[in-house]
Amino acid sequence: MTVTTPMVHAEGVRKHFGRLDVLKGIDLTVERGQVCCLLGPSGSGKSTFLRCINHLEKVDAGRLTVDGDLVGYRQQGSKLHELREREVARRRRDIGMVFQRFNLFPHMTALQNVMDAPVKVAGADSAQARLDAERLLDRVGLADRAGHYPAQLSGGQQQRVAIARALAMKPKLMLFDEPTSALDPELVGDVLQVMRQLAADGMTMVVVTHEIAFAREVADTAVFMDEGVVVESGPPRQVLADPEQERTRTFLSKVL
Amino acid sequence: MAASTAPVPAGTDAVRSDEAPPQDLLVVPVRHWGRWIAAVAAVTALTGLIGSLANNANLHWDIVGHYLFAGLIFDGLVTTLWLTAAAMVLALGLGTLIAVMRRSTNPVLYSLATAFVWVFRGTPLLVQIIFWGYAGALYKYVMIGVPFTHITFLQADTNSLLTPAVAALLALGLNEAAYASEIIRAGIQSVDEGQTEAAYSLGMRPALTMRRIVLPQAMRVIVPPMGNESINMLKMTALVSVISAHDLMSNIQDVYAQNYQVIPLLVVASIWYLILVTLLSFPQSWLERRYGRGTAQSGRTSPLRRLLTGSASRLRVLGSGPNHQKG
Ligand SMILES: Nc1ncnc2c1ncn2[C@@H]1O[C@H](COP(=O)(O)OP(=O)(O)O)[C@@H](O)[C@H]1O
Ligand SMILES: [Mg+2]
Repeated sequence: MTVTTPMVHAEGVRKHFGRLDVLKGIDLTVERGQVCCLLGPSGSGKSTFLRCINHLEKVDAGRLTVDGDLVGYRQQGSKLHELREREVARRRRDIGMVFQRFNLFPHMTALQNVMDAPVKVAGADSAQARLDAERLLDRVGLADRAGHYPAQLSGGQQQRVAIARALAMKPKLMLFDEPTSALDPELVGDVLQVMRQLAADGMTMVVVTHEIAFAREVADTAVFMDEGVVVESGPPRQVLADPEQERTRTFLSKVL
Repeated sequence: MAASTAPVPAGTDAVRSDEAPPQDLLVVPVRHWGRWIAAVAAVTALTGLIGSLANNANLHWDIVGHYLFAGLIFDGLVTTLWLTAAAMVLALGLGTLIAVMRRSTNPVLYSLATAFVWVFRGTPLLVQIIFWGYAGALYKYVMIGVPFTHITFLQADTNSLLTPAVAALLALGLNEAAYASEIIRAGIQSVDEGQTEAAYSLGMRPALTMRRIVLPQAMRVIVPPMGNESINMLKMTALVSVISAHDLMSNIQDVYAQNYQVIPLLVVASIWYLILVTLLSFPQSWLERRYGRGTAQSGRTSPLRRLLTGSASRLRVLGSGPNHQKG
C-alpha cells in the first residue's frame, strides 16, 4: 500500500444513459504527478468517464475519488451526503478541463478568458489576475495574442488559450478530452508541446487522445478502453508496443 | 495608348492585356430602363398623394401645427415614453426569470412558468388592460399576509394602488413578459452547451454561468427581436387609452372628444409615434454591435459612422472597376 492517496481512483464506476450502459465498471488509478492516457474507439465511454471525474456527469454506481474526496458526495460515517451546488463548484475549481472543441468564451478576449474565473470565482485581485494571465499566455506562446477574440485565433491558438484558462485556477489535476482532434495537422504540434511541458512540470493529467506517439512519449500509464470497460492498462511501452489483448491490437493497427 | 472611350470588345483578353491597361478603359454600366420608368411612375403617384393631402382643407394643417407641441400632447408623450420603458424593463426582468424557470428541472417551477406564458399570451392584450383597470371590482383591498390566517402585514384599497397608470404598466409588462420569455429562452438555447460545461469546469456556479457566460452570448439572438418588441410596445401603449392612462393616445382622444377634429389629431399622434419609433431604432443598432463583439460582424461600423466617413467604400468600388467590365 502506498502512503499517499492517488489523485484519481475509480472502482467499478458505472454510468448509463437511459438503457445504454456506457461505463460498465471502470477500475483505474492515477497517482499524483502522473500522466494517464486513455485510448479507445469512438463511443467506448472515454469522454463520459472524464466528465464523471469533475462531476459534469453523475456516477450511477461504484466509487470515484479525486485526491481522496468522493466525487459528488461527502462521507460522514456510514452516510453519503450529496454535495450542494456550491461545494460541487468548489471542488471543480481544482480540476482543469480542456475540451475537444476548445469552448473558449467567444465574447471575451484571450486575456479575459484566462483571468475571468480567477477574479469572478476565486475572488482574486484583478490586477494580480491580469499579471498571472499574461504570464500564462506567455507560457503557452501567445503573449502577443492577449487582446484577440477567439474568432481571431487559429484552432491551435484557441486550444492553447483554453489550456491557459484551465491553468489559471491552479488546478491539481488536468483533464484533456481529445485536445488535438479538432485541429489541422500542422497545428497539433504546438498544443502537444504545451502539454508535454506541463507534464514535465509535474502536473497530474488524464488525457483522452488518439496521438499514439504522444502517449508513448509522455504517459506513465496507457489505458485502453472499449465498450465501457478497461480492456488493458499499463506502461505505454507495453500496452502500445506489445499489447496482450486482441482488441487493443486491432485498435492500434487502425490508428497507427 | 488606346483611345479611352473605345468600347471593350467581348472576350478579347489579348487586346486588354497587351494594348490597354484595364484601368484606362471607360466602364459602361448596363442601363436599367425598366427601373427608371417604374421609379418615375412611383414618384409621380406619391407627389400627387402628398399634394392632395397638403391641399385638403379637411385635414386642417393649421390645427395639426397647433396641437403638435401643445402641453397636453407633450404630457401624454412623456407618459407614453416612461410607460414603454417601464413595461419593457418589467418584461425583460420577469421574462428572463420565466425563461430560466422554463428550463428548470423542478416540475413546480416549470409548470408555473408555462402556465404564466399560456395565460398571458393566450388572452387578448385589450382584455388584460381592461381587466387590470377594473381589478378593483374583483378585490376591494390588497393585503400582504399569511394566507388562510388573520395575520396581515399590509393592507390597502385596491383603487388607490391600482391607478390607471399602474394598471397600464402591469397589463403591458406582464403581457410582454410572456413574449419576452420565449425570445430569451430561444436565445439561451442558441448558446452551445459546451460554454456552460467550460464555465462549470472552472468552478462557476449555475447562476454566475448564466449571467456571465450564457446570457451575454444569447443577447446576440435576443436583441433584434426585442428591438421589434420595444417598437411594438411603444405603439401598443395606445391601447391603454381605454382605461384613460393619460398616455399620448388618451390625451389625443380627450382633445378630439371636445373639438371633434379627429383626423388632424390622429395626424399629430402619428407624427409623434413615427418620431419615437425612429429614435428607438438607434439604441437597437448600438446594442447589436455591442453584443456582436468577438463575432465576424463585430468589425462593422455604425450606419451613422459610415455616412460620416463614407469615402472608403466608394473608393473600393472605383478600385475594383476593371472586374466589373461588361463586354
Ligand atoms: N448525454 C448523453 N446522453 C445519451 N447518450 C450519451 C450521452 N453522452 C454520451 N452518450 C453515449 O455514450 C456513449 C459513449 O460516449 P463517449 O463517452 O462520448 O465516448 P468516447 O468519448 O469514447 O467516444 C456513446 O454511445 C454516446 O452516444
Ligand atoms: Mg469523446
